Amino acid sequence: MHDQQARIKSHIESHQHMASPLLPLLHAIQDDLGYIPEESYSNIAKALNLSVAEVHGVVTFYHHFRTHPPGKHVLQVCRAESCQAMGSEALETHVKSSLGIDFHQTTSDGAITLEPVYCLGNCACSPAIMLDDQVYGRVSSKQVDRLLADAKEAV
Amino acid sequence: MTTTIYVPRDSSALSLGANQVATAIMHEAAARNIPVNIVRNGSRGMFWLEPLVEVVTDAGRVAYGQVTEDDIDSLFTAGFLEGEDHALRLGLTEELSWLRNQERLTFARVGITDPVSLQDYLDHDGYKGLHQALTLAGSDIVQQVTDSGLRGRGGAAFPTGIKWKTVLEAKAEQKYIVCNADEGDSGTYSDRMIMEGDPFVLIEGMTIAGIAVGATQGYIYVRSEYPHSIETLNLAIKTAYASGYLGRGILGSKHDFYLEVRRAAGAYVCGEETALLESLEGKRGLVRFKPPLPAISGLFGKPTVINNVISLATVPIIMDKGSVYYRDYGMGRSRGTLPIQLAGNIKHGGLVEKAFGVTLRELLYDYGGGSASGRPIKAVQVGGPLGAYLPESQFDTPLDYEEFGKLWAVLGHGGIVAFDDTVDMAHMARYAFEFCAIESCGKCTPCRIGSTRGVEVMDKIIAGTEQAQSIALVKDLSDTMLNGSLCALGGMTPYPVLSALNHFPEDFGLVKKEHAA
Repeated sequence: MHDQQARIKSHIESHQHMASPLLPLLHAIQDDLGYIPEESYSNIAKALNLSVAEVHGVVTFYHHFRTHPPGKHVLQVCRAESCQAMGSEALETHVKSSLGIDFHQTTSDGAITLEPVYCLGNCACSPAIMLDDQVYGRVSSKQVDRLLADAKEAV
Repeated sequence: MTTTIYVPRDSSALSLGANQVATAIMHEAAARNIPVNIVRNGSRGMFWLEPLVEVVTDAGRVAYGQVTEDDIDSLFTAGFLEGEDHALRLGLTEELSWLRNQERLTFARVGITDPVSLQDYLDHDGYKGLHQALTLAGSDIVQQVTDSGLRGRGGAAFPTGIKWKTVLEAKAEQKYIVCNADEGDSGTYSDRMIMEGDPFVLIEGMTIAGIAVGATQGYIYVRSEYPHSIETLNLAIKTAYASGYLGRGILGSKHDFYLEVRRAAGAYVCGEETALLESLEGKRGLVRFKPPLPAISGLFGKPTVINNVISLATVPIIMDKGSVYYRDYGMGRSRGTLPIQLAGNIKHGGLVEKAFGVTLRELLYDYGGGSASGRPIKAVQVGGPLGAYLPESQFDTPLDYEEFGKLWAVLGHGGIVAFDDTVDMAHMARYAFEFCAIESCGKCTPCRIGSTRGVEVMDKIIAGTEQAQSIALVKDLSDTMLNGSLCALGGMTPYPVLSALNHFPEDFGLVKKEHAA
C-alpha cells in the first residue's frame, strides 16, 4: 500500500508540469498499477489544482479507465459491426459461458477480466479480440479457448 | 550477399502472427547460416494475405501470402530467398492486380518502406512537400490546399483549405494543429495503417499545416486501442526531432514546430472534434456548442486546425506535386482519392485507395471478391456506425460525397462493412441505438435519452409487440435525434436505423415497403 502511494506520487511529480496533464497521468497510473485507486483522487486533484469531483468525473467518463484492480489478464472482445458480420456474437456468447462471467466481470480465480471493445481497427480480419496488449484476428472459439488456457496456465 | 525480407509490423499482420513469422525466419536463417536483413514494413493492405512476406530479388519484391511460422522451413528449402516457387508464392508484389489498379497517393509508401527509417522516407520522396512549403508564404500554402479540393477525410468532408484559412487569419499569440487519430468507426483502419506504416507523412503534413497557419504546437490524439500506432509515431517523432524536422527552426528556417502524441481513453465521442479538444485539455469528452468554431476558439481557447490523419497525411503530396495533380483525380466536388477500407463479411478485405467515382459494386466484387461466407451480400454499411445501410440495388453508386448524400447515405471515413444474407437488419438497427447509448457523452437530451428509448422500442419491434405504434415511435424518435442532437453521434444514429427500416422492412416484421425518411 505504501509502495503504491509512493508510485502514484512519483507519477504525479513527473506529469504535473506538462500542458493538461490529467489524462497522461491517469494513463501512467493505470499502466503501472492496473487501475486508478479512488484514494489517489485527492492527491491528483491537489497537485493539478482541480477538484476531486473533476478527477472523479474524468476517470469515470472514459471506458478505458478502471477504479478497481482487473484480473491477471484482460480479454476484450470486439462487438462492433464488422466483427458482428463475421460472427462475433457467437464468439461473445461462447466466451461468456466458458468463463462463466459477463462483460465487466472477473473470473472467481482472478485470472481473466472480460470487457467489450468497440473496434480494434482490425476490421479486415474480423472477428478480433485483444488479450492484454496483443490483438488477434480471424479468431475462432477454439483459438480463444486455447489462448485463455495458456493465459491461465501462465498465472 | 544479404537478402532483404519484409515482414509487416502492422497491427493486423501482428494479429495473425507476423512477429512469430519474423522470428522463425531469423532462426531458420541463422541455422542455415544465411545472412538476412529483416525489415518490418507497414502493410500493403491485402489483409486476407497477411502475414505477407516479401523477398527482395533482382526482378523485384516477391510476395508470399498467409505465411505461418510452420511454413518457414519449407520456404527456405524451396529457395524463397531467390524468389523461387512455393505454394504460398503470389508473384511480384507490384504486379498483383489488387495493388496495380489502385491510385495510391496518400498511401504511396505504405507497405513499401521501413516506417521508422527517416532515410527510407527521404529516399521515397519524403519531405519534398515540406521543402516546397518552406519556400512559400503561409497564405500560398493554404491556397494550394484549397485549390487541391481536399475535403476532411474524417467524415465531415469540410474543405480543408477553408478551415486552414480561418486559422491563418485568426490573430493569436498561440495556435495549434491537432490531428484527430481517434479512429473509432467500425470498419475503418486507414488512419492506423498510416500511423504504423508511414508515420513521417503525418508528421510532415502537420508540420506543413503549422507553417501555413502560424502554429507552433501540434498534438496527435490517438486511440488507446492502437498501442502500435502510438509506439511507431513516437519513434518517428523522436527521429524527426533529432534530425531537425521538428523543434526549433525547422531545417534552419524561422519556423518552429513541436509535436506530441496524446493517448485517448476509449470514448468514441472523442472522435467528434470539440469533444476531442475537451479531452486533450484533460476534461470529460463532452461535445461543445458551436460556434465558436475550433478554428477561432479551439484547444485552450486558441485558433486550432483540427484535421483527420488522412487529410493531414495527404498534404505532403499536394505540396510536392501541386494542387492540380491532386485535383485531377476524382469526380464532381469530390476531388482526389479516398483510402477505402473493405471490412466485415468480405473475402478480400483490405485497403483500396482509388480516385472518387469507383462504385460500391467494383469495390465489393472486383476488389473484395464477394462475401467471405460465399453467401450473397445483403447490405453494406458505409461510413462507420453512424453510416447508412445500403441494399444491393444501390451498389452501383459511385463513391462521391454528393452522390451518397442524394441516397441519404454518407461516405464518412471510407469504411465499408459487408453483411451476408444471414444478417437481421432489425437487430442492426437496435445495435445502432445501443452503441449510441453506450457512447453518448450525455450533454444533449436527444442523444442521451433517445438512444436508450430507441433500444427499448426496437426490443418491442423485435418481439413483435405493438408493431405499428413502435415503428411510428422509432421514426418520431429518429426525427428528434436527427434535428435536436448537438453532434453527429445522436444526430446520425438515425441513418443506420432508418436506412435499415427503409430498405429491409421485412426484417422489422413489415410486408410492404415503407418510407421513413
